[in-house]
Amino acid sequence: MAAAMPLALLVLLLLGPGGWCLAEPPRDSLREELVITPLPSGDVAATFQFRTRWDSELQREGVSHYRLFPKALGQLISKYSLRELHLSFTQGFWRTRYWGPPFLQAPSVWINLGRSSVMSSQGSSAPLSTSSTPPTQSLPLPPSNPWVWPMTLTTTFCAMLCCRGRWSAPKTSPPGRSSCPVVPRASLISFHLLQAGLSVLLKADRLFHTSYHSQAVHIRPVCRNARCTSISWELRQTLSVVFDAFITGQGKKDWSLFRMFSRTLTEPCPLASESRVYVDITTYNQDNETLEVHPPPTTTYQDVILGTRKTYAIYDLLDTAMINNSRNLNIQLKWKRPPENEAPPVPFLHAQRYVSGYGLQKGELSTLLYNTHPYRAFPVLLLDTVPWYLRLYVHTLTITSKGKENKPSYIHYQPAQDRLQPHLLEMLIQLPANSVTKVSIQFERALLKWTEYTPDPNHGFYVSPSVLSALVPSMVAAKPVDWEESPLFNSLFPVSDGSNYFVRLYTEPLLVNLPTPDFSMPYNVICLTCTVVAVCYGSFYNLLTRTFHIEEPRTGGLAKRLANLIRRARGVPPL
Amino acid sequence: MAAAGAAATHLEVARGKRAALFFAAVAIVLGLPLWWKTTETYRASLPYSQISGLNALQLRLMVPVTVVFTRESVPLDDQEKLPFTVVHEREIPLKYKMKIKCRFQKAYRRALDHEEEALSSGSVQEAEAMLDEPQEQAEGSLTVYVISEHSSLLPQDMMSYIGPKRTAVVRGIMHREAFNIIGRRIVQVAQAMSLTEDVLAAALADHLPEDKWSAEKRRPLKSSLGYEITFSLLNPDPKSHDVYWDIEGAVRRYVQPFLNALGAAGNFSVDSQILYYAMLGVNPRFDSASSSYYLDMHSLPHVINPVESRLGSSAASLYPVLNFLLYVPELAHSPLYIQDKDGAPVATNAFHSPRWGGIMVYNVDSKTYNASVLPVRVEVDMVRVMEVFLAQLRLLFGIAQPQLPPKCLLSGPTSEGLMTWELDRLLWARSVENLATATTTLTSLAQLLGKISNIVIKDDVASEVYKAVAAVQKSAEELASGHLASAFVASQEAVTSSELAFFDPSLLHLLYFPDDQKFAIYIPLFLPMAVPILLSLVKIFLETRKSWRKPEKTD
Repeated sequence: MAAAMPLALLVLLLLGPGGWCLAEPPRDSLREELVITPLPSGDVAATFQFRTRWDSELQREGVSHYRLFPKALGQLISKYSLRELHLSFTQGFWRTRYWGPPFLQAPSVWINLGRSSVMSSQGSSAPLSTSSTPPTQSLPLPPSNPWVWPMTLTTTFCAMLCCRGRWSAPKTSPPGRSSCPVVPRASLISFHLLQAGLSVLLKADRLFHTSYHSQAVHIRPVCRNARCTSISWELRQTLSVVFDAFITGQGKKDWSLFRMFSRTLTEPCPLASESRVYVDITTYNQDNETLEVHPPPTTTYQDVILGTRKTYAIYDLLDTAMINNSRNLNIQLKWKRPPENEAPPVPFLHAQRYVSGYGLQKGELSTLLYNTHPYRAFPVLLLDTVPWYLRLYVHTLTITSKGKENKPSYIHYQPAQDRLQPHLLEMLIQLPANSVTKVSIQFERALLKWTEYTPDPNHGFYVSPSVLSALVPSMVAAKPVDWEESPLFNSLFPVSDGSNYFVRLYTEPLLVNLPTPDFSMPYNVICLTCTVVAVCYGSFYNLLTRTFHIEEPRTGGLAKRLANLIRRARGVPPL
Repeated sequence: MAAAGAAATHLEVARGKRAALFFAAVAIVLGLPLWWKTTETYRASLPYSQISGLNALQLRLMVPVTVVFTRESVPLDDQEKLPFTVVHEREIPLKYKMKIKCRFQKAYRRALDHEEEALSSGSVQEAEAMLDEPQEQAEGSLTVYVISEHSSLLPQDMMSYIGPKRTAVVRGIMHREAFNIIGRRIVQVAQAMSLTEDVLAAALADHLPEDKWSAEKRRPLKSSLGYEITFSLLNPDPKSHDVYWDIEGAVRRYVQPFLNALGAAGNFSVDSQILYYAMLGVNPRFDSASSSYYLDMHSLPHVINPVESRLGSSAASLYPVLNFLLYVPELAHSPLYIQDKDGAPVATNAFHSPRWGGIMVYNVDSKTYNASVLPVRVEVDMVRVMEVFLAQLRLLFGIAQPQLPPKCLLSGPTSEGLMTWELDRLLWARSVENLATATTTLTSLAQLLGKISNIVIKDDVASEVYKAVAAVQKSAEELASGHLASAFVASQEAVTSSELAFFDPSLLHLLYFPDDQKFAIYIPLFLPMAVPILLSLVKIFLETRKSWRKPEKTD
């Protein structure tokens, strides 16, 4: 998928933060957090989250005075009455198979607007209230100009979003939210200017030398209290990077902040009410002697994250003792005994997607869904948005698991309209335990108008990844925690009941070649036609206008003339 | 046999001739129009002559002035002549293609009873309060009261007074030429209250040649349907300063009344934000004598650029943005002062940038550092800040101080910070500016479309052009008849429609093929078809001429 964004130039994005740490009850607050997770493959994942929460009803009060919440985004929300906004830019692909399930995965570019659900502070999804507007099926785009949306986002994020046609919304949504249109290709040039706290680590040249890089903005309303009588707006800016341990660590799996980011932490952000670094120190073989973190953490945090029990060392930057000792904090992790190259635990759910078929007329989209749980089956909601120029044949949709046909319990299909709307296919599939389910559908490649081709049509056209949402059974029972108190990485998809956890995965985006015309063809055709017409016309014209003379047969020929010449020379009368 | 053969040949030749002629006829009658029709670009007709007529448009700006004479203001026999109307017309000398004429239509009449009563009261303010209520004056019109020479309404040394609404008071005179003298005074006052050369010159700054009007005149914001005003608090050092500003209250108390008064000139939206770690682009100079930091006059232009990227573009609208920045310098660089050309600190510690906005540096009182630990809590004095920002706002909208005639008293500032006649003056200027902009846009559009003949002109573009032309004409008419409000609305329509037409994306469609490509495509068809037709036509023509000459010779 790195190839999927050849143009993408991703720079850091953090919109102007403001702060309000004063004696009055703060109406907005900022929490920042960094989670460092050594991945089973030996790479290191770092996930930054900056969460701004603003106790203000943007849409009802006509608010125009911004503090911590960035003005540009707030204006977007209030002007277009958005319910939610999710936007992510990703370079690279999260390899669920080797890296385990991500906290929050995102496809290359993903924009999601307006669903009428509010995350309550208890963690379950609750509709706002019956008096509010009904769930938006069509997006709140300004009706006259569907381009306004991408345009305003473009100016705000300095990104180039190419968007074809109208956007559509899926009919059902997985718990919490659902994704909408996926724009598989975009370029982003953006900026970042915050010089304190965790964000000192955000140094662009390091962050782009990574195998995975994903930055996202999530804006959503959250309930302020249990009965959800008033809402606050939450802005999460996240950045996930995966450092290749063998490049940054010279072959060793040890890491330190300085080695990864070429910076160390020096001071907490004066605006943040919470500023923490979590380091995953879970050891897989229940032996505490394998690794060592330095400086030793003051506290640890244990919780069930994505179905497994994890232990995190906590470094609180607001704790004055933490930084004052040496004026900087350089967290290091050393493996005492190099971990054996045991096969990493395979996540219960992962997926793969590919295009098959040959020639430029037909093809087949296949998605492989793996359920590696030894004994539990679970349902998965599969959402596909396929561009209209791949004409899907729904009767060829086959779903097979373990060699038998698997009938989905729910299908919603919205056919495409040419140049307006993509295909939308949504299915709820039950994945049997320990199985591979193959979902395949055949398509025909459509011919585009010659002005609709991209400047490099032979590169191919992107098909957005499918989105998988599932409640995966958990190995360890988790207890629901207080949403406001728990670390940020844990509260993105709150656990609704302890026995399973919510996962959303994206498959690879696909690159499909469409039949590409020779673009000089119109000229060639015109020239050839003209020539053929001219030739036909010429002979026709000749035939009709030529006059035919009856030639008097001339006596003799060349021989006679020659003979006469000779005869004249001889003085003999000619013939 | 030979005769039969010749006859047959003759027949054959005639048939060939007819065929060739028929071919030529088909090609010309059917082929050429068909080709023309199918390759033609659609071009709706445009009012080219009317658009070129707009350039020579003569703008007459009529200011209706009602002149009210009280009993003892002029000699009695002069009073007998009332009421009557005098028109004072004057050309405004600007180097602009439009001729602009300013007409003061003075309707003289006697004062009514309640007006007499009001004007005999003790002070101007009281008189105004009494006169105000029953009257609702139209935008752009003025009322001038002429009071007696010895009236105590004005201080003795003052000859005239300009009120906050659309009224003025002028001292009368007992003289044979009373009307002439008073008439001149009235025109002076009316000019100060409505139209003067420099107001129009500032409005037309973009359309006038550079040399005459300096950059100073280009300060006002361009006319637009709406404006966005953004107040930003820049706190580059949140570690030491915890800045609090009551922007909501300040906007409600000071900015909103001003904008409400200005409401006729456009839509306004106000918002504010706080930016942390936002630095100025210039390192201030340290002055050890006063142990403070200074920003030089010439370095001020470099201050804005680095901040600009942080301000964020407005996502919600396309109106021009006015930025007002309040900069609280970091602890290491405070106190910070702005120096003028002579090296003296600027009293307001603020500066503005034409058409962009203003910046004010707000120094934290050094006493607050002594007692407490960092961060220091800073309460911004919003009255001080808003005084500066409102003054800058007035400048940026082009509401300048009027050129007062000698011995003229100007009323004190109103609670809104804007006098009604100042608004009128702004509307006059904006209407003229809009008309100039719309005319320029339409002219360049017509030129462009005339020059490039294969641009498609769609019907909706044409209708916008027609609409704009009609609106320009309507606005000019309304200006000439003294209806300022409707003239301003029409001029806004003109600008909107003309810009819509000019920036219509359909004008940019892919229809511009260079001529060599066209020839390359046409030649394979046209050359083989045209050559035999032309050759045979030439041959037929020569033969017929020969056959016509022959009979002549035989004759």
